[in-house]
Amino acid sequence: MTRGDLQLDSQGRLRHFLTIEGLQRQTILKILDTAESFISVGEREIKKVPLLRGQTVVNLFFESSTRTRTTFEIAAKRLSADVININTDFSATNKGETLLDTVRNLEAMRTDLFVIRHPDSGAAYLIAGYVPAHVHIINAGDGRHAHPTQAMLDMFTIRRYKGSFENLRFAIVGDVLHSRVARSQIHALTTLGAAEVRVIAPKTLLPMDVEKLGVQVFTDMRTGLDGVDVILMLRLQFERMSGALIPSAQEYFNLYGLTREKLAYAKKDAIVMHPGPMNRGLEIESAVADGSQSVILPQVTNGIAVRMAIMALILGGQP
Amino acid sequence: MGILIQGGRIIDPANSIDAEKDVYIQDGFIVGIGKAPKEFKRENVLNASGKIVCPGLIDLRARVREPGLEYKATIESETRAAVSAGITTLCCPPDTNPPIDTPAMAQMIQQRAWRVGLAFIHPLGALTRNLEGKLLTDMAALDEAGCVGFSNALQPIRDTSVLRHAMEYAASFDLTVFLHSEDPWLRNNGVVHEGEVGTRLGLPGIPEAAETVAVARDLALIEQTGVRAHFCQLSSTRAVAMIAAARKQGLPVSADVTAHHLHLSEHDIGFFNTQCHVLPPLRNIRDRDGLRQALKDGALSAICSDHQPHEPDAKLAPFNSSEAGISGLETLLPLTLKLVDEKFLSLNEAIALLTHKPADILGIDAGDLSVGATADICIFDPGIHWVLEPDKLISNGHNTPFAGWEFRGRVTHTLIGGETVFAYSSP
Repeated sequence: MTRGDLQLDSQGRLRHFLTIEGLQRQTILKILDTAESFISVGEREIKKVPLLRGQTVVNLFFESSTRTRTTFEIAAKRLSADVININTDFSATNKGETLLDTVRNLEAMRTDLFVIRHPDSGAAYLIAGYVPAHVHIINAGDGRHAHPTQAMLDMFTIRRYKGSFENLRFAIVGDVLHSRVARSQIHALTTLGAAEVRVIAPKTLLPMDVEKLGVQVFTDMRTGLDGVDVILMLRLQFERMSGALIPSAQEYFNLYGLTREKLAYAKKDAIVMHPGPMNRGLEIESAVADGSQSVILPQVTNGIAVRMAIMALILGGQP
Repeated sequence: MGILIQGGRIIDPANSIDAEKDVYIQDGFIVGIGKAPKEFKRENVLNASGKIVCPGLIDLRARVREPGLEYKATIESETRAAVSAGITTLCCPPDTNPPIDTPAMAQMIQQRAWRVGLAFIHPLGALTRNLEGKLLTDMAALDEAGCVGFSNALQPIRDTSVLRHAMEYAASFDLTVFLHSEDPWLRNNGVVHEGEVGTRLGLPGIPEAAETVAVARDLALIEQTGVRAHFCQLSSTRAVAMIAAARKQGLPVSADVTAHHLHLSEHDIGFFNTQCHVLPPLRNIRDRDGLRQALKDGALSAICSDHQPHEPDAKLAPFNSSEAGISGLETLLPLTLKLVDEKFLSLNEAIALLTHKPADILGIDAGDLSVGATADICIFDPGIHWVLEPDKLISNGHNTPFAGWEFRGRVTHTLIGGETVFAYSSP
C-alpha cells in the first residue's frame, strides 16, 4: 500500500498502472510504441484483435465520466475482453459498504482487471495493495492525484505531432491545484526529457511548492506562453468561483483564457491540447479549440489506442 | 509490605538525582532512597541492577475510547497497554461520546480506571458544552469532580468571544485551559501538511498558518485574560517560536509535542501511508528539527503520545477518508529514548519530559521519587534491543507507522502504589 513500486512486478514489468511517477523512460516509451501498433486496429473494418479474449474487465467509476469510461470500454472491447461498467449511483458503496469490500466482492466474481476512478486521492493505490496477484488495477483518475492514462494519451499525441520531447517547451495552463491530469503530465514530461515545463495560473490555483515537481511557475499567461511548443489547457470547474479562488468567469477568461491573441505568443507551430470536457469561453476560445493548431479531437481518438496498449501490457498479452 | 528495589540507576530529575541507589517502599509509598528507614521490613526484593529506575511516566494526552467508542478500545485495554510501557498516569481529552462535560462523566471515567486498577486516568473537562463552542461548562463543578484542566479537544471554538469568556471564567478559578490551536477555515478539508508531499499526492493541505494564526489569536486572549494555558501538540517551528517568545514575556503558557512529530515528517507518508495520517499533520524536516531543538531550549516542556487506538478498518480507506491518529502509548518511551541515542537529549532531560514536567502542567502530585511520594515507578532495561511488530502491541489499536523500527530500551517493571502491575517476560 505504501510502496511506490507497487505497480511493477519483481522483473520491473507493469502489474498495475497507477501513476506516471517513478516509471522509467523506457516503460513510457514502450507504452507509446505499443499504442502505435494499435492505431491501425481502429482503422480496420473489423476493429478487433483477440488478445484479451476470455478476460473480464470491470470499469468501476465512483465519479461521473463520459469520455474516459467510454474509451476504456471501447479499448477493452477491441481487445476482445468482456467489459462490465459499474457506476457509483448503482453501486453498493451508497449503502455503507467500504471501498475495499466493493472491490473484494467484484474480485470474487473473477475479474481480471479493474479500471477505477474515484474522488479520493490514493484510492487506486489502496485497492492495488489489497488485491491478489492475478488481479490488475488501472487508475482512471484518483482525486487530485493522478490520471496516468490521460497523460499517456497526451504524450502519444505530442509525439505524433512533434516527433519527440527533447528541446521542446511545454506550458500547462489553468487549475493545477485541483488537477490530477496536470500532475501526471508533469511527471511524464519531466521523465521524457522535456526542455522546460511551465505552469501558468494565478497563485490560488497553484499547489504549494509546485516548483519542486520540476516546473517553472508563471502567473502571467503571455510571458508564460512565450516561445512554447505545446500548450496543455486544463479544465476549470465553475465551483472554484464559490471557493473564492477566482473572482469571475470574465476575469479568468481575460487573464487565462486561451485566445488567438494569446496563442500568438507561442511558437507558430505550437499545438493546443485539452483533456476535456472543455468550457468554451471560460478557459478556451472556440476559434482556438476548433482552429488549425488544436489537436483536441485527435487526443480522444488516440486515447483508445493508448488504453488498449496499457491493458495489453498489463494483462501480459504482447501485441 | 516492604519492597526493596535493589541496585538500579535511579534517575529522578525533579530531585536532581542520578545515581546507583536502592529504593525502599512501604505500604505503597517511597520511604527511603539510598538508605533504609529504621522500621523498614523487607519482604520483597526487586533486582534492578543494570536497569534504570525512574518515576512512572505521565502521558499528557491519551484517548482510551471509553465511553462511546469501545469497539476501538476500552479503559481496561489501554491502561494495560500504558503500564506495559511504563506509563502510570494518563490524561484523557474530553472528546469521548458523550463528552466529559458533566461531573458524572468525569467521575465515571476515573472510577472505571480505579476499578481496573492499572494506570490512573485524569480527565480534562470540556471547555464548552458538548464541545459545541457555544455555552460554557460547569467548570468549577468539573474541577471538583477531578478534571485537571479544560479543553475543547479538536473541536475549534469558532466564536472568538466564546473562547475569551471561557478563558476568563477558567482564570477566575485558577484552572488551566488546554488548547489545540488550529484555524478551522485555513484547515478546511486538509489532511496533510500543505507542502511538497501534499502537492505530489494531490492531498488537500493544512497550511502552517492554520497553526500560527490560531496560536497568535490564543496568545492575545491569554495575555488579556491572564489564564494559565497549555498548547497541545504543536507541529511547526514557527508556532514554537511564538510560544518561546510568550514565555520570555512572562505569559503563563506551556506547550507539548507528540513523540511522532519528533521522528516523522511529511515524507514518511510515501505513497498514501494512512498510518501517517495524524492531526496536526506531519510537517517538513525543518519543522521536525525545530521541534527537537525546542525541547532543548525549553519552549516545549513535555512529550506525549497523543494515543489514538483504532480498529484496522479505520486505516483501510483512501488517505483522506481514513481516520487520523496513532496508537502511541507503547512507543512513547522508546521514541524518546531514541532522541537520547541520537544525542539530542540527555537521559535526564528525556525522563524529565515524561515525568515531572508533564506533572507540573497537570498540577498533579506525581512524577518524582521523593520520600513520601506514592510509589509509581517505571523500571527499564536500556540494553534490550527490539523491533516493533504492530500485532504484538498490547493496546487494542495496532495502528502505528513504526512497524519494523528498531528500538533500544524496554520496560521491565511498572509499579503503581508499590504494586507490580506489569513485569516483562522475555519472549
